[in-house]
Amino acid sequence: MKTFIKTTLASAVMLLASAHAFADVNIGISLSLTGPGSGLGIPMQNEFKLWPKTIDGEKVNLIILDDATDPGKGVANARRFVTQDKVDMIIGSCITPVAAAIAPVAAEAKTVQLAAAPVGVPPGADHWLFRLPQGFNVMAHPIIENMKKQGVKTIGFLGYTDAYGELWLKEITKDAEAAGIKVVMAERFARTDTSVTPQALKLVSANPDAILVVASGSGAAMPEMGLVERGYKGKIYQTHAAATPDLVRIGGKEVEGTYVVSGPAVIAEQLPDSHPSKKLAVDFVQKYEAAYGPNSRNQFAAHSYDARIVLTKVLPVALKKAKPGTPEFRAALRDAIEGMGRTLFSHGVMDWSATDHWGYTNETGVLLKVENGKFVVVN
Amino acid sequence: MDASIFSILALDGLTNGAVYALLALSIVLVFTVTRVIYIPQGEYVAFGALTLALLQAGKVPGTAWFLLILAGLVALIEFVHGLRQHHGARRLLTDALRTLAWPVVASLLAIWAAPRGYPMLVQALLTLALVTPFGSLIYRIAFESLADASVLVLLIISVGVHFALVGLGLFFFGAEGFRNPSFWDVRFNAGALSLSGQAILIFAVTFALIVALALFFERTLRGKALRATAINRLGARLMGISSTGAGRLSFTLAAFFGALAGLLIGPTTTIFYDSGFLIGLKGFVAAVFAGLSSFPLALAGSLGVGLLESFGSFWASSFKEVIVFGAILPVLLWRSLRDPHDEEH
Repeated sequence: MKTFIKTTLASAVMLLASAHAFADVNIGISLSLTGPGSGLGIPMQNEFKLWPKTIDGEKVNLIILDDATDPGKGVANARRFVTQDKVDMIIGSCITPVAAAIAPVAAEAKTVQLAAAPVGVPPGADHWLFRLPQGFNVMAHPIIENMKKQGVKTIGFLGYTDAYGELWLKEITKDAEAAGIKVVMAERFARTDTSVTPQALKLVSANPDAILVVASGSGAAMPEMGLVERGYKGKIYQTHAAATPDLVRIGGKEVEGTYVVSGPAVIAEQLPDSHPSKKLAVDFVQKYEAAYGPNSRNQFAAHSYDARIVLTKVLPVALKKAKPGTPEFRAALRDAIEGMGRTLFSHGVMDWSATDHWGYTNETGVLLKVENGKFVVVN
Repeated sequence: MDASIFSILALDGLTNGAVYALLALSIVLVFTVTRVIYIPQGEYVAFGALTLALLQAGKVPGTAWFLLILAGLVALIEFVHGLRQHHGARRLLTDALRTLAWPVVASLLAIWAAPRGYPMLVQALLTLALVTPFGSLIYRIAFESLADASVLVLLIISVGVHFALVGLGLFFFGAEGFRNPSFWDVRFNAGALSLSGQAILIFAVTFALIVALALFFERTLRGKALRATAINRLGARLMGISSTGAGRLSFTLAAFFGALAGLLIGPTTTIFYDSGFLIGLKGFVAAVFAGLSSFPLALAGSLGVGLLESFGSFWASSFKEVIVFGAILPVLLWRSLRDPHDEEH
């Protein structure tokens, strides 16, 4: 009798516990909250804090762990998520190497991963991986379109010697060729370089119609100033990593007239009404800045915002098929994401498909121009 | 390549080379006196440039607080050490006062002056006053008690110090880069060549410092004491020269040179919290060229590194760093053929 009671009690407790786990959707989030990537991870965490407790009537538990910008730590976090927490989805990380290290763990556990970094896993190998940031092709699109409109025939390239520069060089060479534009010269530099005079000299003497500068944040002004100082008079384009106030803060008058491509999220109010993401971008910016102060908007926080849009759309679909916490639910979640069709994000228009886990459409990118020290949208 | 491109590249290379020279000289000085291969030398460059940038923005630079904390820490260590040695209260007090006086005065001055927007020259002097005491404080915390350890141990400590300083730099200055306004905003044009006031300033200051350093070593007692320690530590100690005093002095000079290099290079490029490392490493390549022992060779090496970098980035910008750091291999080969292994190091 005693054993019977014990067993019943034990199984009742277990049932209760598992019923609890089945009821909630658990999401494991690995972010770089310390280390060099913390500038990206902290705003993301801020936005996660603004998430509602339930999505579509379903309680959603967010388990946020710090990966310290360290791929090893990211893998450890991911292993904890899939073995201990039995999560239904992994979000993160915000840094490419860390997100790339998490990808195989997520795939092995058949858990869908939303990466907030442009992880370059080839198509086919990214079955469980979806990316929240835009691919380079989407960002190169408005640049190339504008070049065509302005009659640019030859371009020069001045970019970082790292992966960011390399990926842009590959993309722009491919897209320019398709548009009948020639990349006549590609020069490289590093963010911490003391001078770009030699590269600028070489580019200016080749005198292309336009020069694409590939650099990020406050590092984007120095190469452009080098070109202007050496008397370059053509058009200068910058990439989305340069679309920050730092470009004007450091560059001042010398970056006047520069074209900068940007995602829609951070320039919300400035978007033309025709841009499909305007409403969401404005909503994101208003809510985020109401919570964290004026001008606190950040493109990575917007990735967290977009992750919620994904969940709102796919949770009802997946919940019809299976219960949270089961492998079937995880598979259903993945299929729902892949098949969710054209969806508006604060970061653009997303259309994930079986063959494309990058997914943004060409409506996404916006070209800006520096006029009187401010970014204005180029129509 | 025509003459005008050649001359522009040469000028660019020499200007950067002059800044590397300040770092190479400091690295040689620190190594000869204390046998520390001072990797974090470049960090002073970032500290100097960013401290001035924050003063320019009317903010209290993080270095002011950092200096206070560091000085407090050193004073505490010294106090505990003094208690163990049973020093009298008076001696404990004077020791603490000696450690704290400069850092506290400089920090308070910076905190007071930051929002008042003084002219740039005053802020530059304040920056030097803030960054220079770091040298001696870091030496006392990290190296002094291990002064007799092997070169390898000292090198490992200096790598540790480098990582600590870069991390603290991120904490105190943030991830964004700054570019300072030029000290002397003029341009002289001669054909295609255009010489900026800042470049002239870089040459003038480097030259003046080299002359001052030479005079210091030749003419002053403390300079001679440093040289004596560099030539033979034990011998110098037997002659009554304090090797700890020499160590502190050499680190202070290194910090001063580094901060000055930061002030000079700040207006020509964007400096980030981690920019210093690569600049310092180029100074190190030049110092290796000098066998970590000769000041004139370090100067020549620095100018060579600057020129190599400038021409390298013109011809093959993707391989620029490979060219600059690859140059250390033939230099090492040449050095090891010239001076076969000696026992002391």
